[in-house]
Amino acid sequence: MAALRSSTARLLGAASRPVLRAPAAPAAVRGMAQVTDGQQQNLAASADQAKLKTFQIYRWNPDTPTEKPRMQSYTLDLNKTGPMVLDALIRIKNEIDPTLTFRRSCREGICGSCAMNINGTNTLACLCRIPAEDNAEMKVYPLPHTYVVKDLVPDLTQFYKQYKSIKPYLQRDTPAEDGKEYRQSKADRKKLDGLYECILCACCSTSCPSYWWNSEEYLGPAILLQSYRWLVDSRDEKTAQRKDALNNSMSLYRCHTILNCTRTCPKGLNPGLAIAEIKRDMAFSG
Amino acid sequence: MRLSGLQKDVLALYRQCIRECRKKPEASRKHFQAFARTEFEKNIKVDKRDFSAIEFLLRKGRRQLDVYASPGVKDIK
Repeated sequence: MAALRSSTARLLGAASRPVLRAPAAPAAVRGMAQVTDGQQQNLAASADQAKLKTFQIYRWNPDTPTEKPRMQSYTLDLNKTGPMVLDALIRIKNEIDPTLTFRRSCREGICGSCAMNINGTNTLACLCRIPAEDNAEMKVYPLPHTYVVKDLVPDLTQFYKQYKSIKPYLQRDTPAEDGKEYRQSKADRKKLDGLYECILCACCSTSCPSYWWNSEEYLGPAILLQSYRWLVDSRDEKTAQRKDALNNSMSLYRCHTILNCTRTCPKGLNPGLAIAEIKRDMAFSG
Repeated sequence: MRLSGLQKDVLALYRQCIRECRKKPEASRKHFQAFARTEFEKNIKVDKRDFSAIEFLLRKGRRQLDVYASPGVKDIK
């Protein structure tokens, strides 16, 4: 930063002598340090070639329910925007349209708040790069087949209710042998890899056609992945009850291995495999 | 008059609201009834063929009913 500042100072010095410089104004600007310098440079760069990108975003306001949902276009200069779709959304909200509504929190793919449908794929806006090469429009919709609360905010009540129904916590009656933690061998711990990373963003469930048609009864890939996470946990003692709860035609067996879940998962997990393992365990445990 | 399924749903929700009012303390019962009535009248202008809007309002109404029906809510203004 120091080098940058000195170089701009030199540039300024070379371009215009102190006498010729417009009085007061530049001096006042310099008082605000490098931030303004940076902005000026940015402006200069964007004047050269503004990389414009248009975002078409789904808008719907619950306060006027009789108005139909519509797509609204926003054009941004990518030179001034961060690399991810979430950066663009935040910039639109800050600078163009403060009424745009979406969930976001961690901006690094660990909270799962910003799950949405971007260019036809369910993903996290914070993990989805804006393709810089082409200048085609980007379309941003809320997660498909969910009730919309507003704009890009889906209603996940049903999803959370289903998550609650699988009892996603450790269930056991016997205390630990030494009265301390429940120990686990390394091999047993390894079984949880690829399961515990799920952040419940609902991308997979809302991409599953089977879940679209039976979301009332079919649990969906995300919840089944979590089910399996508790089924294989060596410390859990209610495995039989958990299996019993899944042993009906709807909860588990509506999975037809379409594998949209695995294809869409923004964390690179494999819910399809987890469901297949549950099915196998159910088939062989009798 | 023959009612459509959606119209029946709306009426059922209204009835449910009035029924829930009876479980409230007598002093504030009138307030709850008036509130339910105004909530429905707010959207009286919605076209009867605007299904998506009516379905949304039904969902919203059911959520509201859940909240206000809890015994902790004693009065409403």
